Amino acid sequence: MMTIVIDYEAGNLRSVETALRFLQTDFAVTADPTVVAAADRVILPGVGDAGAAMTTLRERGMPEALGTALSRGVPVLGICLGSQIILDRSEEAEDSCLGFIPGEAVRFQCDLKVPHMGWNTIQVERDHPLFQGLQQGSSFYFVHSYYPRPAQPLHCLGTCEYGQTFAAVVGRDNLVATQFHPEKSGEAGLRMLRAFLDWRP
Amino acid sequence: MYQKRIIVCLDVRDGQVTKGIRFKGNVDIGDPVELARRYYETGVDELVFYDITASAEGRGVMLSVVEAVAEQIFIPFSVGGGISTVQQMRDVLLAGAEKISLNSQAVRNPEIIADGAARFGRQCIVLGMDALADPVMPSGYRVVINGGRTPTDRDALAWAIEAVERGAGEIVLNSIDADGTRDGYECRLTRMISEAVSVPVVASGGAGTPDHLEQVFQEGRADAALVASMVHYGDYTVPQIKDHLSRCGIPVRLQYR
Repeated sequence: MMTIVIDYEAGNLRSVETALRFLQTDFAVTADPTVVAAADRVILPGVGDAGAAMTTLRERGMPEALGTALSRGVPVLGICLGSQIILDRSEEAEDSCLGFIPGEAVRFQCDLKVPHMGWNTIQVERDHPLFQGLQQGSSFYFVHSYYPRPAQPLHCLGTCEYGQTFAAVVGRDNLVATQFHPEKSGEAGLRMLRAFLDWRP
Repeated sequence: MYQKRIIVCLDVRDGQVTKGIRFKGNVDIGDPVELARRYYETGVDELVFYDITASAEGRGVMLSVVEAVAEQIFIPFSVGGGISTVQQMRDVLLAGAEKISLNSQAVRNPEIIADGAARFGRQCIVLGMDALADPVMPSGYRVVINGGRTPTDRDALAWAIEAVERGAGEIVLNSIDADGTRDGYECRLTRMISEAVSVPVVASGGAGTPDHLEQVFQEGRADAALVASMVHYGDYTVPQIKDHLSRCGIPVRLQYR
């Protein structure tokens, strides 16, 4: 079973790679859409700008490839920006996003500092295999100015508080995504990545 | 619940962690990778590595340190010291760092902040600022560069605001007057900067007891606090600091296993 990490030149590839290596799982990083379409398991990482990310993904034919992987039923994990661009659109991008989950990514409108940078706890809203082994009170590392707002409450799997309640984990079917960075969230994050690698939807 | 971050600062010189007082008289503390792992295992929230010599040779040493740290420590860490080009930022990020800290180079060439933010995102670009109390300056603090050696004509408050406008996503604010003294943070300076900018401010310089962190979070309105001497010399551990803060009602990350 090979996990494919999508390379679209959006930041934190290296940290996802080192976490996967630490977890001793077979993985490959690719910019080739045919590899993504045929993958057993896919990770869509990302930090940076949603508009720029969508442009690069489109140039590489990734929206279709990801769509194919999803329709084949393989587990797909979005991380950070990867939890926002799977929605229909983002306030940060002019063009539409991937549209795998109905909704949009919106910017924080609160008195607190933006980006929301640092450790925060999450509240599980719906049980999911990703939360296997999650301990009460665990914190995760966030760095973001926008957050996912799924149109249907059913697609919000976990929430977080930062001036307001927002969706920190979203998903449907074989797609799941975290606004935080599990690969940078210490032991709790490594456990969550392990749970994703063990997930058989 | 959103938690205040405790960040350990590792000043690296010739591949060894060192610590001085007011930027002088440095003594060796140990191997940076070993220290980083020890702090990671005891629940530190983030690490900062400063290449304080930042010579061409030192940079090579630093990249191998960054790679070794990234392989086994799964929390964010930033790297600073002598970084002056987008290519150097890319090298450090590819080696596994989350963030780049720009200090003297940002003062000499402020464009580098915007260049880095455009290429890697604001969240990657940290302004490191060393400030010295100076009543002549409008805010009462002057920006000093080159590891505390060269005073500039920049005002600390004005520079913080400008750097954020240019694209800095975080400020690590170091008080030269307090650095290494273990007498407490410069809360007045920290609060002034923290209230003036929209991005997180990390207080640095002067931490000696857990009470000092409580003060800088409460009075200084810091979003995170950097510690060095008080943990490097074994006076306190990260869990002791966090337990104290938690008892004072300041939310911190207690569960890290």
